[in-house]
Amino acid sequence: MVDARGLSCPMPVVMVQKEVNANKPSELEVLVDAKVCVENVTRYATSQGYKVEVKEVDGEFSMMLKKA
Amino acid sequence: MEEIKLTKLANCAGCGAKVGAGVLATLLEDLQVHNDPNLLVGFDKSDDASVYKVSEDMALVQTVDFFPPIADDPFTFGAIAATNALSDVYAMGGEPKLALNIMAVPKDMPKEAVHEILKGGYSKVYEAGALITGGHSILDEEPKYGLAVTGFVHPEKLIRNSGTKPGDVLFLTKPLGMGIITTAAKVDMVSKETYDRALELMMTLNKNARDAMVKYDVHACTDVTGFGLLGHASEMATGSDVELHINVDDVDLIDEALQLATIGILPEGMYRNRDFAEKYVDAGDVILAKQDMLYDPQTSGGLLIAVDSKDADAFYEELKTSVPSAQRIGVVNEKKGEFYIYLH
Repeated sequence: MVDARGLSCPMPVVMVQKEVNANKPSELEVLVDAKVCVENVTRYATSQGYKVEVKEVDGEFSMMLKKA
Repeated sequence: MEEIKLTKLANCAGCGAKVGAGVLATLLEDLQVHNDPNLLVGFDKSDDASVYKVSEDMALVQTVDFFPPIADDPFTFGAIAATNALSDVYAMGGEPKLALNIMAVPKDMPKEAVHEILKGGYSKVYEAGALITGGHSILDEEPKYGLAVTGFVHPEKLIRNSGTKPGDVLFLTKPLGMGIITTAAKVDMVSKETYDRALELMMTLNKNARDAMVKYDVHACTDVTGFGLLGHASEMATGSDVELHINVDDVDLIDEALQLATIGILPEGMYRNRDFAEKYVDAGDVILAKQDMLYDPQTSGGLLIAVDSKDADAFYEELKTSVPSAQRIGVVNEKKGEFYIYLH
């Protein structure tokens, strides 16, 4: 899991990229707390062949990245 | 001198710090605006500067622009902020004459760094043929710098951001991608070569573009800054009640910025611009990363110019030798469809 809550863009994308490059997970949960970060991480994940599901709870976002 | 990374002191970079166009409209709502017959350009069309007619052959152009650090090097930051502020006068077809510094400095910022910011600003004001005649500075946690600029234009040669007509040809004078590149630079994700090129572009005055433009039959012009190409283009289109048709392949998108856009290295301002302008835009089948680049907030971007079709070829030839990137990006049509901007 990548917990990027409290961080502003582009840091969450950098953290997710690091995790994807290091471990090539088939599934990865990413936590962010800004809509912009959801959008940016979604663009990154899509470019790497992941499908993305987003759940919003109390202004925080849980993103599930799954290899398509 | 103590090494200082200015961008680390800034929350948002350059024109990315601009209040979104939609929010700005609500902030200005209900404020009483007084009119004067000699006020040629005021609030009404979201133009780049205000213009006041002093006599039959002279009008005053006034504008102000400032922002937090966009570059780490203080001289470079000062030069970019000044270039950006001067640009609004050029976008009206005017010539800048007087400039006042506006500055915010943190208490503990080294004196030499403050001095370098000013030196950068002065260098661009003098290159523009204008004078620095004073200024005002305050203490603040985050550094900020810019200029209030006064220039002159002949009242009949004033170029507004609206007034483009069907048949006009659209030109752009600098490549796009500054917002993405400066965002990526914060996390060291951009090559030195591309970053240096972006800084150089942001330090390039729009003087040559203006000097070329005033020789031709130009119907509208605006500088492309914080609202991105599509934000500023939508102001041009709605203000003129026409459709702009933009060929995205003809827009110069900095390669590395496009790669960064593809992987989501995008500034928050891009999303603000999208929120504001998307309703005016039919994006057709243009890929998302290219669309994002058209919404990317530019700092000290180029001029977007609508020129009469009879002058388009000659103007294009002249631009090719005078601006960083001469682009013939589209045409203006009569308003027929649902949208104001069509991407092809």
